[in-house]
Amino acid sequence: MSENNGSHHIVSPATYLIIILTLMALTGITVWAAFIDLQQFNIVVALAIATGKATLVVLFFMHAKYSPRRTQLVIIAGIFWLAILLFMTMSDYISRVDYRGLRSPLTQVSTRKTHQLS
Amino acid sequence: MHRTGELYGQFRTLEQQKDSANLGMWIFLVTEVMFFGGIMLVYTLNRHVYFPAFAMGSNTLSLKLGGINTLVLLASSFTMAMAVWSAQVGKKQLISMFLVLTVLLGFVFFGIKYVEYAQKFHHHLVPGRSFDIFYCSNHPAKCSDISAEEMEVERDLLKKTLALDPDLNAHAQLYYSAYFGMTGLHALHMIIGAGLLFWLLKNSLMGIYTPQWNTPVDTVGLYWHFVDIVWIYLFPLLYLIDRHK
Repeated sequence: MSENNGSHHIVSPATYLIIILTLMALTGITVWAAFIDLQQFNIVVALAIATGKATLVVLFFMHAKYSPRRTQLVIIAGIFWLAILLFMTMSDYISRVDYRGLRSPLTQVSTRKTHQLS
Repeated sequence: MHRTGELYGQFRTLEQQKDSANLGMWIFLVTEVMFFGGIMLVYTLNRHVYFPAFAMGSNTLSLKLGGINTLVLLASSFTMAMAVWSAQVGKKQLISMFLVLTVLLGFVFFGIKYVEYAQKFHHHLVPGRSFDIFYCSNHPAKCSDISAEEMEVERDLLKKTLALDPDLNAHAQLYYSAYFGMTGLHALHMIIGAGLLFWLLKNSLMGIYTPQWNTPVDTVGLYWHFVDIVWIYLFPLLYLIDRHK
């Protein structure tokens, strides 16, 4: 992200076209990847592609690449704050016995059995 | 005050004024990131514990409709970006044209979403008393839109999932609560976005946006792209959980 004076940079339609075609191709790739059995890595691949797409949208469609440093800092701070939310909550959950499946909630069958496969 | 781009007293230059407006929108979007982030976190925690039921629920969604909607929304982001470009280079007719295209693509998205939601109502997949993940398998005649072949696959999948999770119906309902909650909130954001687009369109038809002043087009554009980003995450999270079986 280079130093620049913001608002006066105009992104060309050609750039927008390349970005939208890339985004659509990545959508195809993410669907294709979902049909390959990668065990627990399916979700990693799906989220990596989604993050790649989101980055393209932020940098080019939302002009973050050409925005003042101050705006870029706000964006990065936002992502960092989200990371704190996710990391802190996840580290709490994975340290709980119930959550790790040692005493799986799946074994607690509810009393309502009205809907079953006939 | 009539806002057409005069320099306000607290700013030195028009550029500084515009950067400040954009910064304000970005700060709002950061609060939106936390809002959707929290919801996606709840989804992730439930998905981890009730994975078989979430995978089952995900496989009952229409990948075709979800995929088409993803492309439609991406296309609308492109037309929005082009509306901003038109404003920056001063092509006044093009601004209105691209805004109309953006709204139209937004409405195509709503239309497809309506078809999807209606299907879920018919299939008893809306959380509540009548929620029944086995409904279509038990009453194939009532779900005529699912082919016999697909029905067989679904029945097979239901049996396998039941073996992993005896309380499948309750946990599949959790998945569908997440589905309606997340797609519903996303749709609400789009409805607000569509309203803003109509407001921009009214102004652009009056020809008030110029290369010197087009801040509203720019900031509404930021909002519209953000809503697109939310969907970029919702699509794999909801539609692609466990497709490879």
